Parts: sequence; C-alpha cells; structure tokens
Amino acid sequence: MYNAKAVTIGIIIFVILFTSPFWASLLGKNYTESGITLPAREKECVESAEFMRNKHMQLLNEWRDEALRNEHRVYVASNGKKWAISLQNTCLKCHKEYTEFCDKCHVANSVDPYCWTCHLIPQGSKK
Amino acid sequence: MLHSLLLVLLIGAIAWGGATIGLASLFGVVLPYVAVVVFVVGVVWRMVYWAKSPVPFPIPTTGGQEASLDFIKQAKYDCPTTCWGVVKRMFLEVFCFRSLFRNTLGEVRVDDPINKGPRAIYYSSKWLWAFALLFHYCFLLVFLRHFRFFMEPVPCCISFLESLDGIMQIGSPRFFMTGGLLFVALLFLLCRRMFNQRLRYLSLANDYFPLFLLLAIVGTGLCLRYCDKTEIAQVKVFIMGLTHFAPVGVEGINALFFTHLALVCVLLIYFPFSKLMHMPGIFFSPTRNMACNTRAVRHVNPWNPPKQFFTYAEYEDTYRDAMAEAGLPLEKQPEKAAQ
Amino acid sequence: MAKLPTPQALMSSRPAFPDKAWLDIKPEFAPGSYCYPAKKETMELLHMPNPHDWDPSAEDWNLPDNWEKILCDAFEERLEKHRSLKLFMDICVRCGACADKCHFFLGTNDPKNMPVLRAELLRSLYRRDHAMLGKLLGKRIGARSWDKEVVKELFYYAYQCTECRRCSLFCPYGIDTAEITAIVRELLHEVGLGIHWIMDPVKNCSFTGNHLGIQPHSFKEIVEMLADDCETVTGIRPKTPFNEKGHEILFITPSGDVFADPGIYTFMGYLLLFHELDLDYTFSTYASEGGNFGSFTTFNMAKKLNAKMYAEAERLGVKWILGGECGHMWRVINQYMGTYNGPAPDNMVTPVSPFTGTVFKNAASTKMVHIAEFTADLIQHDKLNLDPSRNDHIITTFHDSCNPARAMGLLDEPRYVLKAVCNNFVEMPENTIREQTFCCGAGSGLNTEEIMELRMRSGMPRGNALRYVQQKYGVNHMACVCAIDRATLPPLANYWAPGVTVSGLHELVANALVMKGESKRTMDLRQEDLPNVAEDDDAAQGEGQ
Repeated sequence: MYNAKAVTIGIIIFVILFTSPFWASLLGKNYTESGITLPAREKECVESAEFMRNKHMQLLNEWRDEALRNEHRVYVASNGKKWAISLQNTCLKCHKEYTEFCDKCHVANSVDPYCWTCHLIPQGSKK
Repeated sequence: MLHSLLLVLLIGAIAWGGATIGLASLFGVVLPYVAVVVFVVGVVWRMVYWAKSPVPFPIPTTGGQEASLDFIKQAKYDCPTTCWGVVKRMFLEVFCFRSLFRNTLGEVRVDDPINKGPRAIYYSSKWLWAFALLFHYCFLLVFLRHFRFFMEPVPCCISFLESLDGIMQIGSPRFFMTGGLLFVALLFLLCRRMFNQRLRYLSLANDYFPLFLLLAIVGTGLCLRYCDKTEIAQVKVFIMGLTHFAPVGVEGINALFFTHLALVCVLLIYFPFSKLMHMPGIFFSPTRNMACNTRAVRHVNPWNPPKQFFTYAEYEDTYRDAMAEAGLPLEKQPEKAAQ
Repeated sequence: MAKLPTPQALMSSRPAFPDKAWLDIKPEFAPGSYCYPAKKETMELLHMPNPHDWDPSAEDWNLPDNWEKILCDAFEERLEKHRSLKLFMDICVRCGACADKCHFFLGTNDPKNMPVLRAELLRSLYRRDHAMLGKLLGKRIGARSWDKEVVKELFYYAYQCTECRRCSLFCPYGIDTAEITAIVRELLHEVGLGIHWIMDPVKNCSFTGNHLGIQPHSFKEIVEMLADDCETVTGIRPKTPFNEKGHEILFITPSGDVFADPGIYTFMGYLLLFHELDLDYTFSTYASEGGNFGSFTTFNMAKKLNAKMYAEAERLGVKWILGGECGHMWRVINQYMGTYNGPAPDNMVTPVSPFTGTVFKNAASTKMVHIAEFTADLIQHDKLNLDPSRNDHIITTFHDSCNPARAMGLLDEPRYVLKAVCNNFVEMPENTIREQTFCCGAGSGLNTEEIMELRMRSGMPRGNALRYVQQKYGVNHMACVCAIDRATLPPLANYWAPGVTVSGLHELVANALVMKGESKRTMDLRQEDLPNVAEDDDAAQGEGQ
C-alpha cells in the first residue's frame, strides 16, 4: 500500500463515521421500552390504542383546527361515540401524569410538540 | 432505465411482502447486519485496492495562476503549493463542489450577428451544482436526524437540528424541509438524466438504479412520517436492539418500515461496488489532492524505470565529422576518436 | 489537403446523436478522420513492441495473434502502476459536466467525444474484469469484452483527444481524460498501433536530438541564418553559442521554432533578447528539442527523450536551464521531468536571474525556468528598454495553451510581458481563456495535414472566440506560448478568423526591444514594414536611448 499513513487515517475516519450509529448508541443508555404509564381507571380512549399510538398528533392537529378555526367542538369516533374536542378537558382529564405519559415518548424520540405554546404547561412536565 | 425502476420496485415489493408474511426479522435483523458489514468492509477493501497502486506522477490540475514571481498573485485556492493549501482546495471541493461550480453550458450558434458566422457561447450553468449540493446536504441532515433513533438520551444538537428543519411548523408531525427537498433534488437529478439528450445517451442502468433506490428510500421515509405511520417508540426500541446487538421482536411495527429499512440495506450493499464510491474516491483524486509545487519539490515514482537514452557520447560518435567541420565543440576530436 | 467546407457548412453538418446505443456503434474510418499509421521501420528502430504494417481503413489491422492477452495484461499492469487509472475507472458518476467542455465534442457532436464516453470506452472493458457487478451483468450495465472492433474504437477516439485537460478542470472528482487517453495510447502501442505524425518525430528526436531530425551542423547553420536575419532587421548580429561548456544557462526550446514559420521569429526574438542582455548561455545541438512527442506515446518514451536535458546540462556544467515557449514541453518539465530523470545534476543550482537577482524558488528542484517567467521578472525590474509603440499596428489577444494553463498555471506571466510590449491587448471571452482555455484543436501530436477538417472542427471553440474579438474589437493578432500553437493556429485563424496573424510572445518582445547600438527599425522581425515608423523621424529611437 502506498501513502499508507494518509490512507490508514482516511480508513479510520471512514470507519468511525459510518459505524457511528452503533457506537453512539452503545455510548448512551439502552432503550428497551417506552415506559409510559396508562391511566389507572379509564380503559377507553377516543380511538383504539394502535390508532392513538401512531396518529394522535394528527388527531390533535385536527381537533385544534375544528375547535379553534371551525368552532366545532364535537368529535365522533370511529365507533360512533361522541367526545368533546378539548385537550384540557378530554385528553388531560385521564392522562394526568404528563411526565409519565406524554414526555416518556416525546423526550426519548426527540419530539417537541408545540401544544404548550398556547395551552397551559401541565405541572410536572419538562417544560 | 426501466430495468432499474423495476428492480427497485421488486426489492421494495419483496421486503413489503416478506414483512407482511412474517419474515420481518429477516429484513429487519439479518439484512441490516449483513449490509453494514458489506458496506464497511467493501468500502475499506476498495480504498485499499486503490492505495495498492502508487501515484507515479504529480498531476494536479492547476485551476489558476501558479506561484512564481512575487508581483504575480497566486490563485491560492485553485493552485495551492502547500499542504495546508491543498487541504483548503479539498475542503472547497468536498464541501462546496468547487469544480462543479465552474460549470458552463456551451451552445453553438451557426449564424451569429457579431461573429458573422458560427459562434460558440458559454453560459454560466449552476443548476447541477445547486441541486447536487442540495441533495448531498439534505441527505447528510436526514442521516443526522436519524440519530434520534440511535441515541438515548437524544443529544440537544440533534433536537436543535430538528427544530431548525421543522421551523415552518407545518402540520403535525411537523414537516421536515430536508426530507422534501431531498426528494425534489433527486427528482431533478433523475429528470436531468431522462430529458437531457446527452445525459440520456450516456446513462447506464447503474446510473438510474441508485437514483430510483434513493427515491424509494426517501419516498418510504416520507410515507412513514406523514402517511402510513408507525409508532416511533416501538421503532426506537427495535433499532436500539439492533445497535446493542440484542435484537428484539418486531411486533407492532408496520411493513412499510421494513421496506424502508431493506431499501437502505440494499443501498449499503450496492455502495462499494458502484459509482457511489465517488464519496471516498474524491479524497484520492491526484488532480486535486496534490500540491502544485511540482517544480519545487521532486516527486518520486516507485517504479521509475532505469534511464535509457541516446547519450551524448553516442551522438558525438554518430555526427563527429560533421560537427568538427561545422566548428562545434567536441569531447573528442575526429583524429583522437579514430585511434 | 482537401478543400474545406465553409465554417457555416462545417457547423451545420454536425450529425445528430445516433439512435443506437453507443455500445452498438462502430467507428467508420473515413479518410480525414484518422491519422496515418506509423511506419514499421520507425517502430522497429525505436524497439516498440509488435511493429507491423497496417492501414486504419482496412478491415484487418494485422494485430499480433495473442493481441487480446497482450492488451489485457498491459491494462492490468497499468492499473497496478497508476492509482489515477483505477480511481478514474471506478468513481465517475456520469454527471455529464464534462460533455460540452471538450472541443472535439463541440466540433463534431460525436457522443463518444464527450470525455465521459471517451473514458467509458475503456471503463466498459474494466468493468468486465475488475468490477463485480460487471462480471455478473455484462452489457446491461455497460460492461463488454475486448474484440478487434473495440481496439479500432479505442484508436479512433484516443487520437481525437488532445490531452488538454479542460474536462478535468470541470469534473467534480478531477477525472483527467488526458491520463486515460495517454494510457489508451500506451495500450495501443503494445500491439504496434501508433501514428506516423508522432512516431516520426520521436524517432528523429531519439537519434538526432530534435523532432525534425536536423543534424548538428545543419542546426547550427539554420540558427546562424536566423541570426543573419536579426542583423538585417536590427543591424545587430546576435551571438549564437553552441555546445559550449562553462556557461551559466542552457537554453532549450522546441525545434519547431528553429524551422517553421512563424516559430522562427520567436526564435529570433530569443536571440535578440539574450544578446541585448548579454546572457551567459549556450544552445545545445544534442538537447535541441524542448518538445517531447514521446509524451504522446508512452511514459517511458517521454522519459527517454527528456533524459537528454539533464544529461546535457551535466555535461556542459550549466547552473540552470531556461526553457522556451512550448506547451507540452512544459507539461513534461513541470510535472514529469523531476520524477523521470531527476534529481537534477549536482552542478545545477536553484535558478537565479543574473540581472535581477530574483530566485526562482518555484523551480528549486527541477531547476528549469520558463522564459515568460524570466522576461516578466526582467520587465518588472525595468531591465529592458521597451518601445511598445512599435507594435501599435497590432491589436493582440492571448491564447493560453492547454498545458501551461492547466498543468502549470502560467497565466499572468505571459500577459504581463505582452502588456508591456503591446499597447493594444484584448482578452477573448472569459470562458475560453486562462485555466478554461480551449485547445488549438491539434495538440498532442494531432497537428497533421490529413485530418485538417477534423482539426478545424476541434479548433472551432478557439476559432470562434478569436473571431468574436476580431469582429468586435478589431483584433488582428494572437500571441501564444506554444510551438505547436504556432504551427496549428495560423491555419485555424485563416479558417475561422481570416486576417489574424499568430506569433510567439518573444517575437513581440524583440520587436519592442530597443537595443544598444541598433539601427533604426523600419521593419519587424518578419521583415514587414512597420507602419508607424516611416514618418516620425528619429523620435521613437531617441526616446528609447
């Protein structure tokens, strides 16, 4: 091998950069579960658990538009049940533990929702 | 072109189908490990393959005025004479695509009023430069953004990057501009290949394949975020399992995620055997990474053959009499040589 | 020479891109599209491998029986020897930025003259043996096997590239087609394929010291005739030292300047300049060639021809070498000479101008200085008495030769000199000058008559740029610092911009140079009357002294 010094340095830099997902991960903590606490008493959410997990942010966005832009405050769930469109009075009524619920996933996955730019910052939240 | 498109669709379909019928761990666990090993080993192997050949001659392209006389200004960035100068030239080349920035578009007019005849005109043409730069930087940022799945806790620089990327606050989840721009830049590069006559003529399947593959990767990525969503906490648990070499179950993650992952793996596997090797290759390019001091510092060629040439002695032997007659100085006068 | 079509007809006759893919198209060897083959005797004399008689237009090129093995092995060997080749084979992304940078492509519209496809001709062969996917997928990804048609194609396009490196400037990875062309030419030489116009000068240079085969006594005679002409013009007969030991400087310039119009006037310029300076120098009849046609064949041949320079510098005991105006000569000196035949002999030192004391640190290792650097330094230190008004009848532009521009960076030195000796200087359009300069269209050994139409096509970008400044600013003269340019640009100018004359830089320097004890100049070095001098008595003379 010619220019061995420069090439070796190049190879080392390459390997370090492109294995970074592994060592960056190993340097920190592991993440084996989201660790959210579900409300103890309430068993039913507005939609199914799977729907809520994947798409709650889209639902909340929709609710905001309905309530604030269309002044329409009733949500009809896919099973026909009616819910009042309200973050404070519907969602947070059951999900009281912000740090144990919202923040658990949001912080770990670096999601920074802008709910609290308008709504009151729930007590105990990171914000 | 069509073949490349079909091949990418086929790969996507296999991954999707496989994940649906329960082979998700094949595409989600086995393939990523194989791909990373092939990628890292493959790229290193190719770099070593290049390095096994010497650079026999210093052949930098001088992109501007040389360093010669004090009163003549040297083009320090395009014709560097020092090691540090070369570093700066390479920096511009790698991070700003300096050479591509020079790009022009040549047009030949058969009848031009000024020339009263044919005239070739060269317009500045920065489109390729702009979109190539856009593509590469967006790709880098998108890659960096994915570190939120690799690291726990997520460092603030990644969060900061995300907040910048989503600064427009469009929709929820917030629209990341880099993702969209990456897709647009790829479409530009693809359209350029398809609709520019010259490009279409010289393009091979190996040019279309990576473009379609990248479009598929970006496309599935965008879908995962905005359309066919899956729970990211679950995804992070899964990916952290991979990076900690302790794979976990694949339950609760949709097939599109595994399609996305499989396509990324195909890209990694394809990388070392393709033109994508321009990424490490640019650093090896002797026309860019050598100092333009070729008269000041001697470059040594390891296989320099022995000197063999028509020596002066042979020359004089051949022409001695004529040279003597013409009064040219000689090493040996004809009489002496005759003895 | 066949009659050329008009410029308009030439440009409108460029064919459209073919319908078939490039892998399926074979080149046609129509007369005028190829250079004549090298003679068998020439190749034998030079010990080139597999010399044989052949005709490019014939079906069978009489290749040696095991031609395929020879070529495969030779290619393999080049890959082992040149990292650049491996790299340039691997990393091209076919972005097409190089396509319209090539003067051959602009002039012919032949897709295989796009630098990317020119390289792809070889890359397709590389893929079969050295790329895993090529082995598996073959033609579908542009890999192919050697066959005799491929050899013909390589020959056709390797001799439609002047190794000017313009594409390498624009390539985002610096892929240098000159490097690829040079190696393809090497490969072709392995099976005995070369061209007459290159191999004949190589033979001459090998055995007589210069490309034209001028023997020592004739060389001396010619130079003395030029000195006589100098006397006719200036009244001063410059000295002509030959093969003399003990001088400070050895002067080497392309032999074309001794022999061919208008190079001879540049040579007379050198003679007068050196005489006026009383430079302590000598010529050599042995190392009487600056140019190096060997560099158009193989690296080894270039080394062999170049070796004479240091050998002669050592024998004559000079301190450094001054090099004349030449393009590829300076490519070799600036980027290859030290590696080929260095380190410089012990008697040589870092060049110092004897008149200004300037140390040419940029030539510390090679110990060779370009005359434009030398003269620019003299002018800056006010060591020359110049009267630029003698050149007032010309409006000049400057043609950067490819090699000094892109393999050396010699851009401002000749301009500095030119502006000092000419009052009227106009640049050609910006994308056709300096590092972006266009080739004369016939460099790297393609300045032969049989391909004149091709030369006019490939010279189109340069010709057009020249015509532009001619029509717009009344330019009637083009200066250059290359002996091949001095041979190729006059027919080019005659075709594309009739009325523009071509000369070397030092012809103009000598025309403007006010010499001690000269007679009144009434004509220039070409012995043409100077229009501005006739009436105004001795004014111009007087102010000089």
